[in-house]
Amino acid sequence: MFELNFTEEQTMLREMVRDFADNELKPIASQIDENEAIPMEIIRKIGELGILGAAFPIEYGGSGFGEVGYCIIQEEIGRACLSTATFIGAHVSIGTNAIYLGGSEEIRKKYVVPLASGEKVAAFALTEERAGSDAFDLRTKAVPDGDDWIINGEKQWITNGPFADTFSVFARTPRGITAFVVEKDAPGFSSGAPEKKMGIRGSKTSSLTFDNVRVPKENMLGGEGRGFLLAMKTLDAGRLGLGAACLGACKELLELSTKYAKERKQFGEPIANFQAIQFMLAEMATLIYTSESLVYRTAVLYDKHEMLSRQSAMVKLFVSEALDKCVDYAMQIHGGMGFSREMPIERFYRDSRINRIFEGTSEIQKLVIARDIIKRNGIV
Amino acid sequence: MNLLVCVSRVPDTATKIFVGPDGKTIDSKGVKYILNPYDEFALEEAIRLKEKNGGEVTALTVSADDATDILRNALAMGADSAIFIKAPAEPDSYQVAHNIANSVKDKNFDLIFFGRQSVDFDSFQIPSMVAELLNIPSVSVVSKLEVNGSKVIAERDIEGGKETVELSTPCAISAQKGLNEPRYPKLPDIMKAKKKPIEEVAFFQVDAAVEVISIALPVNKRVGKILGDSDSDINEIVRSLHEDAKVI
Repeated sequence: MFELNFTEEQTMLREMVRDFADNELKPIASQIDENEAIPMEIIRKIGELGILGAAFPIEYGGSGFGEVGYCIIQEEIGRACLSTATFIGAHVSIGTNAIYLGGSEEIRKKYVVPLASGEKVAAFALTEERAGSDAFDLRTKAVPDGDDWIINGEKQWITNGPFADTFSVFARTPRGITAFVVEKDAPGFSSGAPEKKMGIRGSKTSSLTFDNVRVPKENMLGGEGRGFLLAMKTLDAGRLGLGAACLGACKELLELSTKYAKERKQFGEPIANFQAIQFMLAEMATLIYTSESLVYRTAVLYDKHEMLSRQSAMVKLFVSEALDKCVDYAMQIHGGMGFSREMPIERFYRDSRINRIFEGTSEIQKLVIARDIIKRNGIV
Repeated sequence: MNLLVCVSRVPDTATKIFVGPDGKTIDSKGVKYILNPYDEFALEEAIRLKEKNGGEVTALTVSADDATDILRNALAMGADSAIFIKAPAEPDSYQVAHNIANSVKDKNFDLIFFGRQSVDFDSFQIPSMVAELLNIPSVSVVSKLEVNGSKVIAERDIEGGKETVELSTPCAISAQKGLNEPRYPKLPDIMKAKKKPIEEVAFFQVDAAVEVISIALPVNKRVGKILGDSDSDINEIVRSLHEDAKVI
């Protein structure tokens, strides 16, 4: 701790992803939003560059950049396009990560390798109609049948659902909640139509239906009855990465707002000269500095296997709320121009809001934090 | 094929430059340094030749600052090894050229690549100087390159057109934008870059041919013009855009 320097490789990673985001992603971010799709060409390129395998060890097709590397990636992608950051988050830090954390050696080799290269796309299937914030209230069921398990039920709000190849699925079994890997070609499996959303419209979200879907017992992740724990462990990484993507968006908004405030003149001078505007920029910068410190301090802990659920919840809570504040300031500074679809502000405004809801609402994060604090008698 | 790419460490083109207290150098505080953008075309071309014909790519730089960061960038893009020649003070083009020539003269490189210019001092001199010192042919501002054995066909940008030249290896090539689309370094290659060797070579002492007396920032002389919406003012705007600004 207190060595807060990025390594040469981490800096090179950041520069590469920033170049990629600036050249390939930013110019089409509004198109991704309007067409409600990330071009497959972009997903293929992201995979080829090794971005989707960054966090995983080399033996599973990754490059060993760990959580810090993953956060750097999400920050830089989040600057350009939150739809793409959402796709990456669902694919890497929850979809694939659940398989990595819970899978046997064989399962890791079979599924993590093609997911890390981007040859296949992953999704994380926990949420159901009754089981949103109350994630424990799952109704999807899996029952043993010889050497297989048979899954029945329905999932909702599954990011990457319409086009993923490999799903980490959580179901109720006789001994609690259990996770399985399900492939999209499994008979009885189907995904619904993409949801019509307010923001992150380029990321595709749908329901999933399991109608007597048979999976071999080898596809069980982490042992029977250990699925809920696995889901929570997976979300610990997911929430941290989500914070990193929000941080990137905050930085982009501050840059855009500062530039605009220096150019836009009212009462005969740039609006950046007015204290009302300066205070907004100062608030944004302070939120960013805090968020950045929080994200990378926590990512370092994650890589040292010292991170706690509470810390990841704090990152998610603080940075997603910070983004909503930054995007509001950015809109106010840009005035009418911010409201126009000619500028990316309104897109960030719409894309921001979901971050306080998915992967656990702000209120659920507070519960996670508070329960842990009470258990520890208030000692952080 | 044995390929050399000479690269240079330059301030990021987006960096705001300030003159240092001595009035002869830039203030490097807070300046972000990058691999010279034209050198990326040179590197990409060499890496593609290696991928097609086999061989090795060596990246080389001469710099007064620690330039291992940009050499690591070159290694992450696909160079196999690197040579770093640390100069005791900011070298001029002549000293750089001598150092490159001196360190590679016995290494039998088939092609020596450069960016057409470094975007810091823009001398445009080093590729031809190195070629001259090594007594090999050189071709500058190359936007298309074909290598077949020892035969090299290069297309170069000239005023208002293209010129095609033929030369044989060994030779020196300076790369123009458009020669190729430089790749992004892939994550596993970024990780591998730190394991690739960077050889440090002692600076070859030769006197500078040029001495910098002073440097200064360009003065912004653009003056705004405010016109009204009368017919004559509109005519004046149209005339001004046509004749003064020459934008339409």
